[in-house]
Amino acid sequence: MIPAPFDYYRPTDIAGVIALLEEHGDDARVMAGGHSLIPMMKLRMAEVPHLIDLQDVAGLDGISIEGGTIRIGAMATQADLIDHAGLAEAAPILREAALQIADPQVRYMGTLGGNVANGDPGNDMPGLMQCLDAQFTLVGPDGERSVAARDFYEAAYMTERADEEVLTSVSFAAPAGGYAYEKQKRKIGDYATAAAAVQLGKEGAQCTAASIAMTNLSDVPVWSQAAGAALQGTSVDETAIKAAVEAALADIDPTEDNRGPVAFKRHVAGVILTRAIQSAWARA
Amino acid sequence: MPDKMHVKLTVNGQDAEFLAEPRELLIYALRERLNLTGPHVGCETSHCGACTVIVNGKSVKSCTMFVGQANGTEVTTIEGLGSPDALHVLQETFREHHGLQCGFCTPGMITRAHKLLEENPNPTEEEVRFGMAGNLCRCTGYQNIVKSILAAAAQMNASKEAAE
Repeated sequence: MIPAPFDYYRPTDIAGVIALLEEHGDDARVMAGGHSLIPMMKLRMAEVPHLIDLQDVAGLDGISIEGGTIRIGAMATQADLIDHAGLAEAAPILREAALQIADPQVRYMGTLGGNVANGDPGNDMPGLMQCLDAQFTLVGPDGERSVAARDFYEAAYMTERADEEVLTSVSFAAPAGGYAYEKQKRKIGDYATAAAAVQLGKEGAQCTAASIAMTNLSDVPVWSQAAGAALQGTSVDETAIKAAVEAALADIDPTEDNRGPVAFKRHVAGVILTRAIQSAWARA
Repeated sequence: MPDKMHVKLTVNGQDAEFLAEPRELLIYALRERLNLTGPHVGCETSHCGACTVIVNGKSVKSCTMFVGQANGTEVTTIEGLGSPDALHVLQETFREHHGLQCGFCTPGMITRAHKLLEENPNPTEEEVRFGMAGNLCRCTGYQNIVKSILAAAAQMNASKEAAE
């Protein structure tokens, strides 16, 4: 499987990337680790006459945790997220999710930026970023802007990012309380049949904050405000969990594919979300 | 037709330079230009791991890396780990514990296992299975592969201790 020919660029700064994007428009694509794009190019489902490799671009890597804010460069790989001790301490849900993505070889190459910017509903990080209420930094010809993860996704592979913009980093407030990223997949390395990201705040026996997002159950990640609201102020007992799951299931819109029919996916979504809530609450 | 680019790699410690289209996949450059036929073309869809090599210290599926991306990197293939006269510990333990049947996946298995043991010299069985999840074997049912890797870890640790 050989992709169509392309011109290959490896700029060293973001200005160089944007200049190429402006010059070639739709015919240019940026590539981070390439583990979503290269398979699509090999299948000739993605046509990229001008391929811009980001690996040498300065300032796109790194993980910083300062004053309760976590900032992760777009080129940080899943392996980087897993290995970063400070991140495991400040936002352990990222490590938990990253460990469930693909396999070791892919995690060495696959990046957080690529995972969130690609717009693939099967990717795990978009839902997680919505759960954490992350902000994505986009840089384009007119400068820098910030878009909330919860506003970023429009449809499968369609996002708020303009063609000549590059997603350079994500940032979010260090989450407090209990967390869980639960994922059901057919085999290790697969995309989710259903996955759920849950962060819960707890004071005494009461749930003070709840954020719930789900992966691969619609053509975009689904942050369910209603599901979170169903847990807030409760003791996260069986009734509250049932209400939250019911609310989340009202917000998803799965389609039938080789992971199963709609009824099965809805069933799995309920099971996975219940487990994620229970796990997050136990850790809160 | 885009121009060919000048590609420079260090493969198993030796410099390799050639002209190639950037779209050429690293696995083909290794096999067809450099005659390193240890890494295999299995699924060619980044699932099976038969093409696994080490690029700048990372286990990489070389069917999913353009030679343009790999330009300037250091690459290690199974040929760089051991030779017929001096087998790598993993090659010895795979032989001893029957960690292969047809052998097609073995170069990728061993190259990945080498990196796994570098990062985690004393893995549990579960850690071996998790760390080898990117490599598929259709023959062995994995049991003997896991045994071989655990045996290699034990041998490497024993010789490290003996050296100290």
